[in-house]
Amino acid sequence: MSASKRAGAGGSPLWQIRSAIDPRQYWLLALFGLVAPLVAWLVASHLDGTDKVFLPGPADVLARIWSWATDDDLAADVAISTWRVVAGWALSAAIALPLGLFIGSYRAVQALLEPLTDFIRYMPAVAFIPLVMLWVGIEEGSKVAIIFIGTFFQMVLMVAEDVRRVPLAQIEAAQTMGATRSEILEKVIVPSAKPALLDTLRVTMGWAWTYLVVAELVASNSGLGYAVLKAQRFLQTDKIFAGILLIGLIGLLIDQGFRLVHRKAFPYLAGRHR
Amino acid sequence: MTASIDIRDAFKTFGHGPQAIHALEHAKLAIRPNEFVTFVGASGCGKSTLLRMICGLESLSRGSIAVNGQPIAGPGVDRAMVFQHYSLYPWLTVTQNIKFCRQLKAHTRDRTSADVEKAAGRADALIRLMGLSHVADAYPSQLSGGMQQRVAIARALMSRPPILLMDEPFGALDAQTREVMHDLIRHVHRMEGSTIVFVTHDVEEAIYLGQRIVLMAPRPGRIDTLYDVPLPAERHQDMKLTPEFLALKREILERIRETSGMKTDLEQLARLNADVGADAALTTD
Ligand SMILES: Nc1ncnc2c1ncn2[C@@H]1O[C@H](COP(=O)(O)OP(=O)(O)OP(=O)(O)O)[C@@H](O)[C@H]1O
Ligand SMILES: [Mg+2]
Repeated sequence: MSASKRAGAGGSPLWQIRSAIDPRQYWLLALFGLVAPLVAWLVASHLDGTDKVFLPGPADVLARIWSWATDDDLAADVAISTWRVVAGWALSAAIALPLGLFIGSYRAVQALLEPLTDFIRYMPAVAFIPLVMLWVGIEEGSKVAIIFIGTFFQMVLMVAEDVRRVPLAQIEAAQTMGATRSEILEKVIVPSAKPALLDTLRVTMGWAWTYLVVAELVASNSGLGYAVLKAQRFLQTDKIFAGILLIGLIGLLIDQGFRLVHRKAFPYLAGRHR
Repeated sequence: MTASIDIRDAFKTFGHGPQAIHALEHAKLAIRPNEFVTFVGASGCGKSTLLRMICGLESLSRGSIAVNGQPIAGPGVDRAMVFQHYSLYPWLTVTQNIKFCRQLKAHTRDRTSADVEKAAGRADALIRLMGLSHVADAYPSQLSGGMQQRVAIARALMSRPPILLMDEPFGALDAQTREVMHDLIRHVHRMEGSTIVFVTHDVEEAIYLGQRIVLMAPRPGRIDTLYDVPLPAERHQDMKLTPEFLALKREILERIRETSGMKTDLEQLARLNADVGADAALTTD
């Protein structure tokens, strides 16, 4: 070992903690990370003795997506599922944002609501299905309700935490300039927490998608999650793969959309975006 | 604009019962209009607590603090504060940060177009005074620590506060930048006529800036000694080497050491060294 090589520094920039790397290298690695599993999948599915029902190949899954799109109205499934996820998530956000703002800003509201929320969020959303069917019925509302239950309680706690992370000095500076309580909320806490809040919305949108299959367990006859469940019943492994991949793909696209908005809306964080 | 500050037997206790921390006891001090007072003292002696009490950010356990004879209740636009760091708004540019108070109702009550114009003129003047013209449209994160503190000072001065409170505002800056900031803040004191209360760890800074130095002592936090600084109103960096300056610096440092309990720490160190010596003797046996 050379004397200049200290722990945590020296050597290739690739292995330096948090150090920036060449953008070309970054994209190459990202591409490799995506392609390698695909190749592994391709190889595994072509090994002798691999049953198509056990592990369909990428080509089978692509073919299935194609026939789903042409004969089975994939677009409608995508649309209804996206609608359910976005509606449940938006309903969560509409309540969680103001509620979290108050929990994070006022200790009294925190004492009143946070322990309760903390308690409820550990309850499994799946277990609420019978209750939701009883209270909301089996119409569209029930699917939205399951996604709401799955995301809301986590979201409230995260929003409250984002609000609490606003540096006290920013708030006190406004107080010394004579700001009223509503001015502090509106002109300091909300703008200061905005980037973190958008991140919270992005992360919870991801969770909302993971609850889709659960939500479409409830008396559905449409949607990507329902398609996966039905395929399971008929052991159509290629369709299960297709459904899971499509859900992942839509989630990824939405996530990238959020990141784009983040970059555009908060140019002052230029150092944090890559 | 200027104002007097009267600290009338102020007490501050954090917590209750046996765990209570007596951050401040029997603090009495009268600060004259347009005076520049600096507070020094060992860590934990209650400097920040007293400053925050004057600001109105911290309540008093007993006693009162009056500005121009009026007891204070909470923060007010007559007292501006410069914090050590993290107080700028990262989503606003330098100019927008400085003009922040113009968005608040407290500063825009009977607002005429002449007032608006005057305010814009003042913001421009402060930007020039603080040497911020070339970064007026930059975000705080793009500025060095020294530049950020200039913005914080300009923002505090924007509303022409009669009283300016500063808690170790230059604590994180390098020595050269600090010297520049010292002359800048003395210039502001002369130009604006505000009363300045300045908390610092650095005795040299306290003497160079202050007309009067308040030495505080810990456990319980209290005001220990007041020193008048024997330097002319007009100051320059060479004065830091004059005999009067050095004598006062020595006197204050000595007193801080006496009150901070550092003496006992030295005894501990001596005992520790003795023990090490004994251990060494054992092992060589
Ligand atoms: N919010 C608080 N809750 C409990 N104790 C506090 C609080 N603020 C300050 N203290 C205590 O009060 C005492 C005085 O603190 P203060 O911050 O005023 O000291 P200081 O002189 O400014 O110290 P430093 O030079 O390190 O900044 C300390 O013992 C501190 O631990
Ligand atoms: Mg302090």
